[in-house]
Amino acid sequence: MTRFRPVLLGAAGLAGLLLVIELAPRTGLVDERFLPPASRILAALAREAGSPAFWAALGDTLVAWALGLAVAAGAGVLAGLVIGSVPALRALTASTVEFLRPIPSVALIPLAVLLYGTGLGSTLMLVCYAAFWQVLVQVLYGVADVDPVAFETARSFRFSPWARVRYVLWPTALPYVFTGVRLAASVALVLAITAELVIGSPGLGKEIAVAQASEAVPAMYALIVVTGLLGVVINVAARFSERRFLAWHQSVRGEI
Amino acid sequence: MSFMRKIGYAVGLPLILFGLWFVLSSGSESFYAPPLGTILTAFGDTWTWPAIRADVLPSLLRLAAGYLLAAVVGVTLGVAIGLDRRLRATVEPVLEFFRAVPPPVLVPVIMLFAGIGDAMKVIVIVFGCVWPILLNTVEGVRAVDSVQLETARAYGVTGPARITRVILPSASPQIAAGLRQALSIAIILMVISEMFAASNGLGFTIVQFQRSFAIPEMWSGIILLGLLGFGLSLLFRLAERRALRWYEGLRAAQRTR
Repeated sequence: MTRFRPVLLGAAGLAGLLLVIELAPRTGLVDERFLPPASRILAALAREAGSPAFWAALGDTLVAWALGLAVAAGAGVLAGLVIGSVPALRALTASTVEFLRPIPSVALIPLAVLLYGTGLGSTLMLVCYAAFWQVLVQVLYGVADVDPVAFETARSFRFSPWARVRYVLWPTALPYVFTGVRLAASVALVLAITAELVIGSPGLGKEIAVAQASEAVPAMYALIVVTGLLGVVINVAARFSERRFLAWHQSVRGEI
Repeated sequence: MSFMRKIGYAVGLPLILFGLWFVLSSGSESFYAPPLGTILTAFGDTWTWPAIRADVLPSLLRLAAGYLLAAVVGVTLGVAIGLDRRLRATVEPVLEFFRAVPPPVLVPVIMLFAGIGDAMKVIVIVFGCVWPILLNTVEGVRAVDSVQLETARAYGVTGPARITRVILPSASPQIAAGLRQALSIAIILMVISEMFAASNGLGFTIVQFQRSFAIPEMWSGIILLGLLGFGLSLLFRLAERRALRWYEGLRAAQRTR
């Protein structure tokens, strides 16, 4: 019984939010043109779900997200392992990484527009740039976390360099890799939708901009709800897969 | 000697990269990638003091206003929610949803309510930044050591003192983590909201350069934005290190134990 209490309360919270959004415009507290009642937003959502254009846009966003994340994760892991395992390289690149990482990726928007126009390329460029640093920094932490005794032991048993990476470095760094990819996954979604919204490359963000320009306010809110749900799904999926693939690891086992 | 080596390591690669960029681009005929020399000249010509006052300063003021407001709102609400278990269970799904909404999509919504003036940009920044601060504060408050809480109660520390002396300090490392996340979101939203609709500001100016094909000036704007992001995160790190010195010490002590 007590186990279900939080779930009930959470459902009540969501219901309360819907009620506020329903009543505030109906009672005239908020202008209906600015915030349509929840029922009309949900109706717009249903209408969107019936239109092929919506699913095409959702597909475009997901493709940009997945491709960008895959490229960023691959490049981040590779660069992180190489930089992390060579101390000289690590010392040499530290300042450059620290400098490039906080550069807001939206600064690259004008450049992306010039280079790729309003196609998938400009979305991908922003997504990759933003997601790459999240992965790289976590992998660097992970490699630094390797137990020196384990590493020296592997060396004295004459593990080849590849075997050292595979059996000592990788298992230690894996939880960090997952953290990095989880952070990168939500950053990648934000950047994908931002790029579509600002640049006008195809996807949900562009649909939001179109709905705004044509003053289809309920549709705009419906699309925003979809982006939020997408974010929640990505967060939950990332946490779930982290638990599943790291079931052997102390950080997950210790929680039970 | 070792100090010199540290300096060498820190500036070595950036110098090499900049040098390479300079040399490789010096004969560049490409319209989109002008020589670095041209970009640097454009940088000096574009970002003069009047231009900084007209475009960079308004951006920074909006950023500061939105960020500080978000910090105050986030920490206040976060402490309130973190202290009450029932309240937390009720609002948690709603908060998780709001956090998952990509902040830039708020720009069109808030434009409906607040027009395209300064208020819109500040509200956008507040709305985007408040969630990481709020959720991290909730987590931090929830994780306050119960022995500390009970000791404080036994000594009669109640009311406001309980919050300012026990709960806030103990949640501050987590709050700082939220503030750090929020800072990069704030910079992104500052630029995005100005790219959307503005008559001044850094984002507006850079897009203007791009649309009028003033490529070296556009590059100089990108570089300035990069320097700004770097400078602000450096400033944050210094402030954090100062404010959380006790925490660093505690962690170091725990590690060596």
